Amino acid sequence: MTYAVELLNITKDFPGIRANDNVTVRLKEGTIHALLGENGAGKSTLMSILFGLYQPTSGHIKVNGQEVKINDPNDATALGIGMVHQHFKLIECFTVTENIILGMEPTKYGMVDVKRAAKEIAELSKKFGLNVDPYAKISDITVGMQQRVEILKMLYRNANILIFDEPTAVLTPQEIEDLMQIMRRLVSEGKSILLITHKLKEIKEVADECSVLRRGKYIGTVDVASTTEKEMAEMMVGREVNFKIEKEEKEAGQVVLDVQHLNVKNAKGVLGLKDFSLQVRAGEIVGIAGIDGNGQTELAHALSGLAKAESGTILLNGEDITKATVRQRFDKGMGHIPEDRHKHGLILDFTLKENMIIHEYDRAPYCKGTMIQQKEMDRYAQHLIDEFDVRSGEGIDSLTRSMSGGNQQKAIIAREIDRSPDLLMVVQPTRGLDVGAIEYIHKRIVEERDKGKAVLLISFELDEILGLSDQIVVLFDGHRNGSMKASETNENELGLYMSGSKKGSEQHEE
Amino acid sequence: MKNKSTLTISLLAIVLGILVGVLIMIATGQNPIALFNALLRGATGIDLMRGTGVNLRYLGEFIVQSMPLILTGLSVAFAYRTGLFNIGAEGQFMVGGCAAISVAILFPMPPVIHMIVAVLAGALAGALWGFLPGFLKSKFNLHEVVICIMMNYIGMYANNYIIVHLPGSTTTITANAPQTASLSSEFLRSITNHSRLNWGIIFLIIAVLAYWFIIEKTSFGYSLRATGFNKDGAQYAGMKVNRNIVYSMMIAGALAGLAGAISVLGTFNYGRVLSAFESYGFDGIAVALTGACNVIGIVLSGLLFGLLKVAQPLLQIVGTPKEIGEIISASIVLFVAMQYGIRIVLNHFKTRKKENRTIDTDQTVSKEGVKS
Repeated sequence: MTYAVELLNITKDFPGIRANDNVTVRLKEGTIHALLGENGAGKSTLMSILFGLYQPTSGHIKVNGQEVKINDPNDATALGIGMVHQHFKLIECFTVTENIILGMEPTKYGMVDVKRAAKEIAELSKKFGLNVDPYAKISDITVGMQQRVEILKMLYRNANILIFDEPTAVLTPQEIEDLMQIMRRLVSEGKSILLITHKLKEIKEVADECSVLRRGKYIGTVDVASTTEKEMAEMMVGREVNFKIEKEEKEAGQVVLDVQHLNVKNAKGVLGLKDFSLQVRAGEIVGIAGIDGNGQTELAHALSGLAKAESGTILLNGEDITKATVRQRFDKGMGHIPEDRHKHGLILDFTLKENMIIHEYDRAPYCKGTMIQQKEMDRYAQHLIDEFDVRSGEGIDSLTRSMSGGNQQKAIIAREIDRSPDLLMVVQPTRGLDVGAIEYIHKRIVEERDKGKAVLLISFELDEILGLSDQIVVLFDGHRNGSMKASETNENELGLYMSGSKKGSEQHEE
Repeated sequence: MKNKSTLTISLLAIVLGILVGVLIMIATGQNPIALFNALLRGATGIDLMRGTGVNLRYLGEFIVQSMPLILTGLSVAFAYRTGLFNIGAEGQFMVGGCAAISVAILFPMPPVIHMIVAVLAGALAGALWGFLPGFLKSKFNLHEVVICIMMNYIGMYANNYIIVHLPGSTTTITANAPQTASLSSEFLRSITNHSRLNWGIIFLIIAVLAYWFIIEKTSFGYSLRATGFNKDGAQYAGMKVNRNIVYSMMIAGALAGLAGAISVLGTFNYGRVLSAFESYGFDGIAVALTGACNVIGIVLSGLLFGLLKVAQPLLQIVGTPKEIGEIISASIVLFVAMQYGIRIVLNHFKTRKKENRTIDTDQTVSKEGVKS
């Protein structure tokens, strides 16, 4: 068996931290090799070394058996290494073809020959079963399609070694399924794939081998077929992992959130949420299941006050808050863990401590007169990061931008849960996080429910919805499409409601 | 880390800007020593070429030239910290001066009080000129830059109209401001060998401290910074983003208006009809950018641009075109604006250095390196 890529005894030091410690990963030709590790385990550093963004402190890299030195991404490209980044690098207003040829445009009489390129791309697309329209505009196609454009970009540059960095973080369940197919197809056509992920299910499904990193250290490489998910998780986290969310049956209390016939416009100015009604009671978790883009954002924004309701009412503890400001809603007992932690949840250029008082910055004890009380802010932030185990380089003085995604999310959760809101609205709380962080966040959410708080969970992860919720309501095309007890349904049934193949009858609801 | 690198960029831009000036002087057959001599003389009066010693009048005039630049720099920076581009400092400057001289001439008051009221009237007029773009932005999402540019012209022509209609005005200037409202100070004149240094400096110091205090210490400043960094995040947190936009533009306008008031009541002592923009507001943009919107940075860069201004006539005296000063100012701004490119070049040097070292004991890896 020959190896496409060998990273041998790689060590990489940054000031004060050893990001990779004697790591060896060998990708066999024509296979999928998963790189598993929590956030901050050193996966991205290792891939950045392979892609020429960093130079290793020590160790060697071999490509196709030859020892190589990769100084920059151009070297990597020349060696046939391509990477699909977690956040796509595409120009929205360009077509698929224009994006793919960018930087190496084929020309004819000095002019860009888009036609020829489009033809080549169509052929590539067909060969690998990607089904991409070369003339479609990026802004018009789905996230799953955009990812395929990124894949085509690598293929167009004749890459044989493909790196996928957390490719499923942004995809819907169906798109994930499609991506798995594509990856298998790529491998069958002779490509080799390095898959960076912390989703065990996907590794189990598609990878041949799996190397595990933990806090920069190389733990080992296992054969995926003969290793269970639980074993891999334990290698990654370094302790026993509990997949099952511990939750006792509980009688729900009185209605905390009562939404009636809510209509909300989306960013494009058409109704994204239509005649939606919902009740959440004290001591229960209501999960909103649905594929991304079926009205979840509109619902969350209307409830939090970021978007205006066209019609309908929202009652919180019996009080009409339909027209209340964001702040009034917080004051009346709403907590909101937003979908996009970078856009809404944090001011990334603020320090951690500044982010912790974001709702209360102008009130006692954090503000006296007009002055921010630095000591109070420090004390409170320290309390939160101790209590919720938020880790960062410089403690409360860390710039939030420099923190890992998991710790950023933990910081938001600490801030929102510590305010002890009657209604906790949680949107995609574990997107892109690792097993350890997910386990912890789920535990805290269940704790809030057990304390008698009402929890509204909006998530695209079916496992999360099924595991956490007491009641499930399905959103499809902005409508409420069925509701059921979490204990009485399963992934398949939910999938049918979510895709609209099965219609929720009115008797089903309430 | 971030502050340190912006400081490096600003300093580098200044050095490069001066270098461009020197190169152009050499290329056009001038003696570059004249430039440095003019800068030194502008700040202290020391003339190495003719061998004169320290003359505090030069220092006084240098500070007088820098004062409005520091204030308009603070104005632009204040708005910038909230994510707004106050290109309207020019107009705010003019209406500030106009309001100050109007109050000085039209409303007699006892000494000191008259002066303070006239200066505050200038700040208030500037605040009004800032309020309109802020209000239109927050209410109708009209871009502040477009409104500000229009407000600049309205400000200039309003100034010209009012100036000639004040009692005692000629067709180009007003009567002198009465003693009670003038900022001129016998004391400051006497210690600086009859320069035009005036009480405006007190207002300047107050403004600098207020800028620092509001931005860094108050809850209002906290919410302004939050809005500037991430408007959506501020909105999510329940901050009054739209209100912040209006307040921020008003405070920015007040700072520029103050600059205008000080200029009219201190430097000139009369109001003038302006045939074109005097560019104090636009220079403020350069000052704010070079100073990286940081209070100390703005004071220093304001002084630098002031120095380049006072050096211009001194260059002309020795037969060097005064435009060299403007070329340097413009080059500095250009290099600051090119900071992305400069950063790339700097990083390139860093990595080169790193590779040259055999044993890797490198401590200068960029921040992105630590998180993985």
